[in-house]
Amino acid sequence: MSSTGMKLMEGSEAMAEASIAAGCKFFAGYPMTPFTELLEHFAKRLPEEGGVCINAESELEAAGMVWGALSTGARAATGSTGQGLSLMQETFSEITLAELPLVIFNMARGQQDYYQSTRGGGHGDYRHIVLAPMDIGEAVQLTQLAFHLADKWRNPVLVYGDYLIAHIQEAVDIARVDFDEPLPAKDWAVDGSLGGSGRSRLVSSLGFAKAGQPSPGIERHLRAMAEKFAAIEASEIRVETGGLDDAETVIVAFGSPGKFVRYVVAQLRAEGEKIGYVRPITLWPFPYETIAAAAEGAERVGVFELCAGQMIDDVRLGVLGRAPVTGIGGISTDGSGFGVGPLLDAELIRERVLALHRGAPLPPLPDNERML
Amino acid sequence: MKLVGQQKPELLLTETHHMCPGCGEPLALRGYLEAIQELGLSQRAIAVAGIGCYTSFSMTTDVDLVQALHGRAPSVATGVKRMLPDSIVFTVQGDGDMVNEGLQEVLHTAARGEAVTCILLNNGVFGETGGHMTATSVIGQRTKNTLDGRDADYHGYPILIGDLLAQLQGAAYVARGSVHNAGAVARTKRMFKRAFQTQMDGGFSFVEVLTMCPTGWFIPTSEGPDYMSATLGEVHIMGELKVDGVVKSTDELHEENVRKAAEMEQALARGGIDT
Ligand code: SF4
Repeated sequence: MSSTGMKLMEGSEAMAEASIAAGCKFFAGYPMTPFTELLEHFAKRLPEEGGVCINAESELEAAGMVWGALSTGARAATGSTGQGLSLMQETFSEITLAELPLVIFNMARGQQDYYQSTRGGGHGDYRHIVLAPMDIGEAVQLTQLAFHLADKWRNPVLVYGDYLIAHIQEAVDIARVDFDEPLPAKDWAVDGSLGGSGRSRLVSSLGFAKAGQPSPGIERHLRAMAEKFAAIEASEIRVETGGLDDAETVIVAFGSPGKFVRYVVAQLRAEGEKIGYVRPITLWPFPYETIAAAAEGAERVGVFELCAGQMIDDVRLGVLGRAPVTGIGGISTDGSGFGVGPLLDAELIRERVLALHRGAPLPPLPDNERML
Repeated sequence: MKLVGQQKPELLLTETHHMCPGCGEPLALRGYLEAIQELGLSQRAIAVAGIGCYTSFSMTTDVDLVQALHGRAPSVATGVKRMLPDSIVFTVQGDGDMVNEGLQEVLHTAARGEAVTCILLNNGVFGETGGHMTATSVIGQRTKNTLDGRDADYHGYPILIGDLLAQLQGAAYVARGSVHNAGAVARTKRMFKRAFQTQMDGGFSFVEVLTMCPTGWFIPTSEGPDYMSATLGEVHIMGELKVDGVVKSTDELHEENVRKAAEMEQALARGGIDT
């Protein structure tokens, strides 16, 4: 498939198609709103493309299955949302320490899983690259980048989607992106062929090697992993900024809300307000230096996120006391708790950005009228 | 003539190991490695290992191997097999790994009829942690957390995993072997061969092997085999529980075992056992 041509597509479908364009051959998942449609599209499309999609009996099994598929060198992915991803964390940790190139789709209900994605709920010294698209067009690009970076670093990459990206439709063209960068050979992948040769392969998180082969041991293995994470931090930060040159107020936001903030800031700048924005595209590695530079000349920094305040910790680490940091988002969901709440509204965001900018109290959070 | 103990299986990288004296697990290891080699599958086999004492085999087994977490091997094996349908994929797990931590994984993998082979080394105890009760420990069994013996009223009943799996439509071949004497070792090796053959025919297969763990049972090494047949062996009955989709009853297995024991007596009287 070279290109689908411009087509109106639901975000879930577009992300599945982008994965297939990137050469994804295996997917396993368990239904959960708003991840379900992604699973549905993989279940329909992967077999048509010669791949496999398994409707796993639980998230634990989905994570285990993708581990096996990755061990053979195939491009493979899984995903879920909130609770489902919590269940998978043990395996995610282990896959990371086994240096397998997993792609994870977190079709989050809101932004309350920032910690889960960037810090992880699993054990050990590990990191996942986290890519946060703001809309479907960017999700198509970042999905393919996820598979590339996973192979490049032999490390899991998580795509932080959300309810809006999963369910709305946009016109997109899905063409395979060729990254101008060689990828390491997967000579570690098992295929059975070396059995009995004395050089059979071992895919392990434990730093062990087969008898007679050089073994780093667990301590050296973990130190090498830490060095890898430092190299990723030094080279893979992606961030978008606007209006920072003269900004008195800087707003930081990611994902779909990041797109709303970008729109609101552009509107306010057109009206003469000195406001700029920072939109982290990689949540890990986080663009601390961009935030620091933005805060240097600013009087205040606001963080708009749809949760009680999680990314704000990273923003504070970047700002490091250069300016006061205020959370201007908050918890806002639909009646089911699964979907988009009333706060994701350009008018309301504009009011909150302006309130911060003028030193006025923040308007109260809008309540969701609908009860399930 | 070479003694059995001097014949290193071709698929073993070294004889050096760190298992306790009298441990049954290396006997099971030899059985499945020889079965793979004799079936000509050495360049097609991929193992997925769980976490237990047998995890040390991951370093000494000369087939490609994926080290899984405790309980997760059947799902990992599923992913490997679906990507490499021509390979022979098998898990190696203990009773704590498979029947405690990962029970649903093996059940679902069997129910799905996944063309993999799951091997269970069942000694009724967490050997690696120092002798604690597992889901297969038998009633009355003394462990570090059942000091007066496993009490059904307080600790519940053991799971007979082979019997459970045999009931699932997706399971094509289910067998329970043992390594407590030479005849059982030979019989178990035949089970491994049938299990791998079943996998090549596209079905799910399962071989449980009762293995001695004198350390975790707190008994002298030499008493392991007899203790095992008198305790675990009386509850987890040895035999082929399901062949070609037909399930055998416990009574049928008992009868078969009596007959096989008599045959073995005769074979020993003749001077040897044909493996
Ligand atoms: S503790 Fe038991 S299972 Fe583990 S090596 Fe010793 S005898 Fe074998």
